Amino acid sequence: MVAALKNPGMPRAGLGFLIGGLFGFGLVVALRAVSGLEIFQTEATGYPHVIVPGITAPIGFLIGLGCFDYWFRWASGAPTIPDDHSQHGAYSWKDYFKFNTDHKVIGIQYVVTTFCFFMIGGLLAMLMRAELAQPGTQIVDPGVFNSLFSTHAAIMIFLFIVPVFAGLANYVLPLMIGAPDMAFPRLNALSFWMLPMAGVLFMASFLAPGGAFDAGWTGYAPLSTGAPLGQSFFNLGVQFAGASSVATALNFLVTIVTMRAPGMNFWRMPLLVWANLSTSLLVVGATPFIAGAQFMVLMDRAIGTNFFQAAAGGDVISYQHIFWFYSHPAVYIMMLPGFGIVSEVISTHARKTIFGYRLMAIALLGIVILAFAVWAHHMFVSGMFAWLRVPMMITTLLIAVPTGIKIFSWLGTLFDSKLHIESTSMLFALGFLVTFVIGGISGVMLGMIPLDIHVSDTYFVVAHIHFVLFGGSVFTIFCGFYHWFPKMTGRMYDERLGRIHFWMTLVGMLGTFIPMHWIGMEGMPRRVADYAAQFGNWNLVITIFSFILGVAQLIFVYNMVVSWRFGPKAGDNPWRAKTIEWLVSSPPPVFNFDEIPRVVGGPYEFGVPGARHAIMHDGDGATVSGPEPAVAGAASGGGGGEGGGS
Amino acid sequence: MRRAVNRMPLPMKDMSLSTFLKGAAIAGLMTLVISLVMVNIDWLGPVYSSEKEDIVTLLNVMIVLSSLVFSIVMVMMVYAIWKYRAKPGDESDGEPIHGNTRLEIIWTAIPTVIVIFAGVYSTIVLNDIEAKADNGKIMEVDVTAQQFAWRFDYPEQGVTSTELHVPVGTQLDLHLNALDVIHSFWVPEWGIKRDLVPGADLPGGDDIDDTVTVTPTEEGVFSVVCTELCGWGHATMRAAAVVESQDDFDAWAADQTKIPDEEDVSSGVPGGKGAGVFDDRDLTDD
Repeated sequence: MVAALKNPGMPRAGLGFLIGGLFGFGLVVALRAVSGLEIFQTEATGYPHVIVPGITAPIGFLIGLGCFDYWFRWASGAPTIPDDHSQHGAYSWKDYFKFNTDHKVIGIQYVVTTFCFFMIGGLLAMLMRAELAQPGTQIVDPGVFNSLFSTHAAIMIFLFIVPVFAGLANYVLPLMIGAPDMAFPRLNALSFWMLPMAGVLFMASFLAPGGAFDAGWTGYAPLSTGAPLGQSFFNLGVQFAGASSVATALNFLVTIVTMRAPGMNFWRMPLLVWANLSTSLLVVGATPFIAGAQFMVLMDRAIGTNFFQAAAGGDVISYQHIFWFYSHPAVYIMMLPGFGIVSEVISTHARKTIFGYRLMAIALLGIVILAFAVWAHHMFVSGMFAWLRVPMMITTLLIAVPTGIKIFSWLGTLFDSKLHIESTSMLFALGFLVTFVIGGISGVMLGMIPLDIHVSDTYFVVAHIHFVLFGGSVFTIFCGFYHWFPKMTGRMYDERLGRIHFWMTLVGMLGTFIPMHWIGMEGMPRRVADYAAQFGNWNLVITIFSFILGVAQLIFVYNMVVSWRFGPKAGDNPWRAKTIEWLVSSPPPVFNFDEIPRVVGGPYEFGVPGARHAIMHDGDGATVSGPEPAVAGAASGGGGGEGGGS
Repeated sequence: MRRAVNRMPLPMKDMSLSTFLKGAAIAGLMTLVISLVMVNIDWLGPVYSSEKEDIVTLLNVMIVLSSLVFSIVMVMMVYAIWKYRAKPGDESDGEPIHGNTRLEIIWTAIPTVIVIFAGVYSTIVLNDIEAKADNGKIMEVDVTAQQFAWRFDYPEQGVTSTELHVPVGTQLDLHLNALDVIHSFWVPEWGIKRDLVPGADLPGGDDIDDTVTVTPTEEGVFSVVCTELCGWGHATMRAAAVVESQDDFDAWAADQTKIPDEEDVSSGVPGGKGAGVFDDRDLTDD
């Protein structure tokens, strides 16, 4: 018992959580007593004796879990414990509940945790749709309804879509670039463990007096600055999710820049690596802004600053500028990794190299740059200074160009290919092309100021974001789940169940979100618990399809859980893909590679006789150490020396 | 580094000109059908303001352009799936085509032209929407929102009301202000929308664009809808918008209460959750 509380692990984490919480609570009580204030301040926006433990308890948990053991020893000058690799690999399910520095274990921790949040967020959505099936109030009162869509969005965005991509890339990316692990394994583990903390804070807000946060995931001031206590939990949860996101992005940047295998120049990186490089640049540049915005709201609430109090000289609209300066790039943070996944899957299952590989990579960087110059298109009707609207409209519309390049290049890849559409991952990739094009078109419409004036803050916007985030991001996430499931588990999933899952998801998705365009344009505002009777029929249709969508995900869960345990062995490379992660066993060895692979060509050299992307052993190298085929060299840009170097 | 050279002459090696033309014809036909169907559907509901008429035209142009893009993508995808699907057991690879510079330039340049056209056209429509009325008939209304009610003050007539009454064919200059949180003014039939921002009437609110114009063209009773989340009563924050003849409007205005000298902001529906907080920070205290 004592040993369990002394060594890093869940018991000590629990203790740390308790001590951290008590410390925060005691600090507030002591400071208020010393200052002669009443001990418990329980204004709606107050509760310092809850907010401060909301910061210290999670930090106590992380310390207890062992996230900082190495760093504390190093910082205090104590002898550090030599790494005995006990924090690598997972040998039983219990190892997933420990501080583990193995990128593959962290990847699975991420994916499973975030998927649990996906199910929770989905349940909240089902509740909302049940309420909206008929006009009037049946199931939840309007205040609870506001909490439902706020927590739904916050959980889906901050705890599912953003981190699940980090999780997939965590598993796959080091393998893809031939690295033994991420550049900063301890930081990587810390990044993961901050996520459950954000989740606990979001969920705990349901217990707060006044209910869970209900100002929308956008949390516009001054609605948020005056909201009940639950809002503070959102402000704090975003800090943990955001810190996790930034730390992971830094980790990816350093890993990608410094840890690529010999021979892998930038033009030989798989597009998933390019996508995560681009995403990480966005995260590092943008995420601090939402952390700042939420801290400013928290300070307005708790310590009486007046950032967003107009009467006290604050600027109400500035909240929206700071918020969207993160939250628009966030859309690309949630989409670019998906572009990477789709590129891998389409190339593999079309048995063909990506059409216009270099332009695909450049388009990603183009989106990164434009992403920072479009945020105010969320504010065309906000009353911000009018002159900013047209420039922001032009930059917004221009984003369609690099996005279009990607769509057409994927389509180009399909031509003269050997298309295999039996696997579920490819179905999701093709389904993504359809749904994402629709989402892109409605995005262009929303980008045009006159149309936006009419449909802004209506169900048209709800339809658009779900076409982009469900038809875009979630489709690519499933695409990635199915594609790398054999690599992660060493087992194959059931393709038949996968296909049922795909078709039900596609039908449910289209049936749920297409009619939302119509009722939005007709006049139904978003974020309403009740609506005019004229929209009743369509809302019933939407609710029915949304339940189909919900049930489809249970099939996915069943397929994954049962296949993980009982699926047939998958083999090292069931898709006959070319990138490096498929050259190692499934699941890969604890340290990924016995020998660091050598990269000798582009990542997708299908159909080029003799071309290889990478070789694992020098013995193999003999066959390809001669001059490379001209086509491979020309396309990968790696022509010249590296390939034939040995 | 050597310049990337496209060794393959065409992106689609075995595609003949007639196949290409057939595909283009199908995409064109699909565009035509989708456009015709969609343009004839009354997407935006009744169009009862001159501003919304411009918006409907813009939407129809965008429907045609979007149908074209969607059709091209669908035809390309369905053709590729039909034509290049691997036979069972075929484990060979596709053609090693790495790209085609000319084609890549085309699908960069054409979308660029389309979106710049869309941008310029939108700007023109925006300027039309925000232009002043030709006949010079302009009426000022001060719109004030608070959780969860609307108030409309008519400075020229010197009256105040909880309903928005307007004479048909007159351009309204609505001056928007909120007392507690952000609200948003929308009459779906008119197609215009603008947030009401707390503090817009304060000295610090000079940068806030708090005037929106609209010219109702049809008589009737509509709803002013709040479209910015403002709390538990957001879904039901409505007011009547009555468009009537000038005579009816004048008669109505004569019946209304005069605007009190000292604005009594404590009237109106009290806030719900957090209402106490808003009272503490009453924005009109200065």
